[in-house]
Amino acid sequence: MGDMINTGEDAPVVTHEVTESEVLANTPRGGQERDLRITDSTLRDGSHAMSHQFTEEQVRGVVHALDKAGVQVIEVSHGDGLGGSSFNYGFSRVDEMQLIKAAVEEARQAKIAILMLPGLGTVHELQQAHSMGASVARIATHCTEADVSIQHFGEARRLGMETVGFLMLSHRASPEMLAQQARIMVDAGAQCVYVVDSAGALVLETAQERIKAVLAEIGHEAQVGFHGHQNLSMGIANSVLAYQAGAKQIDGALCALGAGAGNSPTEVLAATFERMGIKTGVDLGEVLSAAEDVVRPFIPRLPWMDRASITQGYAGVYSSFLLHAERAAERYGVPAHQILQRVGEFGYVGGQEDMIIDIALQLAQEQQLGDLAGMGVR
Amino acid sequence: MSETRKATAAIVGPGNIGTDLMFKLLRRSEIIQPRFMIGVDPSSDGLRRAASVGLEASHEGVDWLLRQDELPDIVFEATSAKAHAANAPRYAEAGILAVDLTPAAVGPYICPPVNLDFNLDAVNVNMITCGGQATTPMVRAVSDVVDVPYAEIVASISSKSAGPGTRANIDEFTETTSAALEVVGGATRGKAIIILNPVEPPLMMRNSVFCAIPAEAGEPGELQDKILESINAMVERVREYVPGYHLRAEPQFDHARELWRGMARVFIPVEVKGRGDYLPDYAGNLDIITAAAARVGDILAAHRLGVASGWKSSAELGDLDETAESTTTDATAGV
Repeated sequence: MGDMINTGEDAPVVTHEVTESEVLANTPRGGQERDLRITDSTLRDGSHAMSHQFTEEQVRGVVHALDKAGVQVIEVSHGDGLGGSSFNYGFSRVDEMQLIKAAVEEARQAKIAILMLPGLGTVHELQQAHSMGASVARIATHCTEADVSIQHFGEARRLGMETVGFLMLSHRASPEMLAQQARIMVDAGAQCVYVVDSAGALVLETAQERIKAVLAEIGHEAQVGFHGHQNLSMGIANSVLAYQAGAKQIDGALCALGAGAGNSPTEVLAATFERMGIKTGVDLGEVLSAAEDVVRPFIPRLPWMDRASITQGYAGVYSSFLLHAERAAERYGVPAHQILQRVGEFGYVGGQEDMIIDIALQLAQEQQLGDLAGMGVR
Repeated sequence: MSETRKATAAIVGPGNIGTDLMFKLLRRSEIIQPRFMIGVDPSSDGLRRAASVGLEASHEGVDWLLRQDELPDIVFEATSAKAHAANAPRYAEAGILAVDLTPAAVGPYICPPVNLDFNLDAVNVNMITCGGQATTPMVRAVSDVVDVPYAEIVASISSKSAGPGTRANIDEFTETTSAALEVVGGATRGKAIIILNPVEPPLMMRNSVFCAIPAEAGEPGELQDKILESINAMVERVREYVPGYHLRAEPQFDHARELWRGMARVFIPVEVKGRGDYLPDYAGNLDIITAAAARVGDILAAHRLGVASGWKSSAELGDLDETAESTTTDATAGV
């Protein structure tokens, strides 16, 4: 019984194979020819940076501006995906289903995508999002655990949604392992699989070799995408290398609004690809305005490469742990970057925000013991 | 010892959970004699292992089991929710008691330290999930003292201890555990999250329990002390049969917040170190559900036979003997 191979009789049966023409048919082109498709995640990954406090008005404003700029896919969900509103990840100010519905109403050409993490969100929430009008299902697992998503891809396809697989913390798996995991997702019904640099830890070649390996495995059946973070300032460079290696879907967020030091800024992606003569179909002037005039005014704090977020990139820590670590640091009187450093050492994965309190308590205890030792107490 | 045993058992599902359960029954129950191990894959390591310790092992599934001249008195189902939903009526028709270790939830939820006073004439009982066995006692400990309008748990388990059944059933895990936080734990609304972590060496099973509590209980004082007392007493009750169950740190109380609808919060970090009947100690998630199932099975069988349950707690058993340790060492490879 090999652990990574799902032979369970309960695995949903994928009734038909995903063909290339189907992938292409499911990939809208808008009015013009494009070399790649940008998916904007301001209203999902940005939810982390906003501590999940988006209002419906903000969501409508962002969707309207992105849609006008020609961005084809806009992701809207709690930062941790459907069902993420919780003690562990932070409660949403406005129910995400209401935000998804508002986004669908506002979009004229763009598709609204949702993110879900099996183990946190369920098929039930996927169905609910679909009934609100979401048409792209992005299903995320840790980069070595793709087989927990099989039932969710099956259901998303049954609902007629476009499907995207998200292999999170991709730096933690070798290119070969990542390719195997991408294969599991494609066999389950994924039409595109992303190499997701959740920690902003991939640096140039390490990003590109993963894209190449995944493409070699699934490229004749599905597309490959890249989701970058700015913790080591590599989001744009890694995205360009990903495109050059064959990736067709690239994620960004306006003003980099996302977890950790933020995502690859959508407006910088648009400008850079245009300068390189690569067609994204995004209107540069409009997307710059979306960032500057719509998003910038409501952001409480711009994502930035500071000691804590750089430590995340360096130590390979899931980006959304940042604000949780800062809050625990304040409550228990220990440095946030030390908490994050230890999260990296222990190898915690996305979703384990609860371990931050545990580490903060340990550090506080060690600090106390250290103080006593300093005073000569043995 | 075998002369005193009176009830025969079949274990359906020779994976991690089924195999660990088999060893627990062989070592600890004076009433239940494990007789059959049932699977569907002829190359199953669990079937081979069961045959080597004297069980009748078959890869021909439940059909084979129900064709036998002598049927077991009790069946432990460790397959998947879907499989148990299909098998449950067949066991009932054949007059076989069913202890269900899948999240199918056909019968009532049982968590030994909370509701062992269940209806002993039940023909089917459900063991919730591993995360449910670890967390509902803590929620119940809090709800015994104050109102808990919302309880949330995060179960982190090592990837190695999550077999294909758990992986194919991940939604059933979250839904069944959430429901048990309400029905057994006493919360008005429950939410469960499961995380698989592949890090090496494997992480021990961790469970974080968050309960929304009245604002007053978020401040130091009599009410808070009562909650702490209740939690500590419950930890001791779980430890009676799962000695590796403990709190990683003192429960943490947070003041009321507007975003929490004016409620305060208590955070209880639980760690479960397995006892290693089959899998190594990181797999506390298996230990806690198989220990609960074996104990409940023993009680049900004893009731049916009209004898006293002679269930041995882990504490009474003391250290593992050499055989147990040798089965533990080579177990990881087959997970």
